[in-house]
Amino acid sequence: MSKRIDVKKTYKLFIGGAFPRTESGRTYEVKNSKGVFIANPCMASRKDLKDAVVAARSAQSGWSQATAYNRGQILYRIAEMLEGRREQFISEISELTGVAAKKASDEVEASIDLLVWYAGWTDKISALDGATNPVAGPYYNFTIPEALGVVGFIAPKKSALLGFIAGIAPIIASGNTVIALASESAPLPAMSLAEVIATSDVPAGVVNILTGKTAELAPWFASHMDIDGLDITGLDSKLVAEVKVAGAQNLKRIHAFKEVATPGRILAFMESKTVWHPIGV
Amino acid sequence: MTFEYAPAPESRASVSIKPKYGHYIGGKFVAGEKHFPTINPATEEVLSSIALGSKKDVDAAVKAAKKALDAHWSKLSGRERGKYLFRIARILQERAREFAVLESLDNGKPIRESRDVDVPLAAAHFFYHAGWADKLEFAGVGTKTKAHGVVGQIIPWNFPLLMLAWKIAPALATGNTVVLKPAETTSLTALLFAEVCEQAGLPAGVVNIVTGDGSTGALIVNHPGISKIAFTGSTEVGKIIAQAVAGTSKSVTLELGGKAANVVFEDAAIDESVEGIVNGIFFNQGHVCCAGSRLVIQESISDEFIKKLQKRMEKIRVGDPLDKNTDLGAINSRAQLEIIKELSLAGDAEGAQRWSPECALPNKGFWFAPTIFTGVTQSHRIAREEIFGPVLSVLTFRTPQEGIDKANNTPFGLSAGIWSEKGSKILWASQKLKAGVVWANTFNKFDPTSPFGGYKESGWGREGGRHGLTAYLKGVSYE
Repeated sequence: MSKRIDVKKTYKLFIGGAFPRTESGRTYEVKNSKGVFIANPCMASRKDLKDAVVAARSAQSGWSQATAYNRGQILYRIAEMLEGRREQFISEISELTGVAAKKASDEVEASIDLLVWYAGWTDKISALDGATNPVAGPYYNFTIPEALGVVGFIAPKKSALLGFIAGIAPIIASGNTVIALASESAPLPAMSLAEVIATSDVPAGVVNILTGKTAELAPWFASHMDIDGLDITGLDSKLVAEVKVAGAQNLKRIHAFKEVATPGRILAFMESKTVWHPIGV
Repeated sequence: MTFEYAPAPESRASVSIKPKYGHYIGGKFVAGEKHFPTINPATEEVLSSIALGSKKDVDAAVKAAKKALDAHWSKLSGRERGKYLFRIARILQERAREFAVLESLDNGKPIRESRDVDVPLAAAHFFYHAGWADKLEFAGVGTKTKAHGVVGQIIPWNFPLLMLAWKIAPALATGNTVVLKPAETTSLTALLFAEVCEQAGLPAGVVNIVTGDGSTGALIVNHPGISKIAFTGSTEVGKIIAQAVAGTSKSVTLELGGKAANVVFEDAAIDESVEGIVNGIFFNQGHVCCAGSRLVIQESISDEFIKKLQKRMEKIRVGDPLDKNTDLGAINSRAQLEIIKELSLAGDAEGAQRWSPECALPNKGFWFAPTIFTGVTQSHRIAREEIFGPVLSVLTFRTPQEGIDKANNTPFGLSAGIWSEKGSKILWASQKLKAGVVWANTFNKFDPTSPFGGYKESGWGREGGRHGLTAYLKGVSYE
């Protein structure tokens, strides 16, 4: 009896809730830590990025107007679905990076817990950062944090699942939509996560995931005039100045982060709106 | 019969202007090398000669600020720092008349506004931030925060003293020392403020004032000894600053331009709205980044509204800024007047209808009559570009959503206005408008407790309130 031939997975992009191949037709090779070929993920093009921005923009208004409670439920739902697929992610991470199953298991569990942590923030961030301001006059005046809009995210090379979730969860928690560029060297957990997100009640276009060459795509993220913010946590330091100069064209909010779990990551991609109204009879 | 107002000029006696000024560096005035004149824009009278800050001057100011930081300011407790700010607030209140007159002379704004808005608010900003100095651990940003160090601050000519207060008060409260550059055309109240620092006994070098033009500003932005830049001015310059600091460790806050819409719904209280629209665009000659320069009005009431607005505009008194009856003063500079004229001509050329009330403008000085353009469409330059003058563009809408869409159709996002008597509509519109400040049934209100700043290309960060404070604390910024 011959040995069973396993069914290899085809990794595509995740744009607007669908899984298209890159329009460029380009792919690149990903190997595991032992140098064995695993897959040919898409090498996304500038056009794919444009398509993702269009999807993210059209989803933005609906997502930001969903109640904070609803967004929290959906983030929690992602955690639930990921929990159900724990074993798949553990084996993918250990196969890809060569780490022991225990270490891979720790990363997957931390990822699930981080999603739960951010799920709980959606309806609390306004209480943390909002204010009623005692102005010197007959006015009622309050400040509330609001989602920025469409945010790009350059994922870190390492901790391909945890680092990826640490980027997208705080961005979408407040009502932004995101275009995430997965780790170039370890993109596969992010693309498997797309399958989780696709089945987690996340509206189409709220999360869009690209794979490809960071050095090629990051400047396009920066210069795109319809991206409002950019998380460059995963960017090589030698590209930071170039990306910030390009981002200045529309005064894009560009940040990088050291911590994984901090409300600062949510607030970095929110604006403060101050509303005034007279008081009187 | 018609009653006319008799002239009611404010006395200039409380103000003495030196013929020539240097920079205020390390606690004393130091002579400048080159100088340029500063004039009264209402009369073109030369008021004084202002020093043009060179590299040597900026280096000296940064050095003095660093020395003051290390030797004294960083070692002071928050409580003691706060006392200096309280003193400054009080001295500004005591010398309010002098500052108001000088501000109107140098800037061209009506004394009514410098007296009732600029100077009291400047004092209020010092008073508010004084109370923060010893409470930073309660600012909700943790206990590991610290000052940036030497902060470079560049301010515009529209609210010279008020912008100085917005910048210097939070910087000092949080333990930074500053190098501030006032605008080229309006340096006098900043230089008078140096005297206030001395009267308050502020240690030498904590506040340094270097005068000059954009070249001096660029020297401050690019100076390696400066840890944070705070800039208020045009979006164009803001982008240049954002590029200049890219890849450096400098923190930046930018308060930039705007093209605010006042959205008037058909259920608005008409007379109050007319008054609010007038205040929104003609306050401070329209030299306001958050000025309500677009009136976006529901079509069903637009004809009636425009008639009332024109009637109200006929009562606007244009003239001598020092006359207490004056509503609209002088345009700040010849260069700014040219920009206003150019954009207004573009409005004519692109097919909008211009209207101004009959009004006699003085022969000397820089003047522009209050103006509205009707029949403006979204692609017109006067609907897209910041005019920064007393020019209002009127657009109409039919459905509330169309009103919001037109209001948001700009790269800016500093402020917006809503006029409606219906609370639920106001809250709906305030959520939809993409702007950092939304005034409902009022406009152009400011307060130190209240965060101010823009979405989109109107800048980075907030000033005022707890939000503004955090921009001056390291460890809070998300980098």
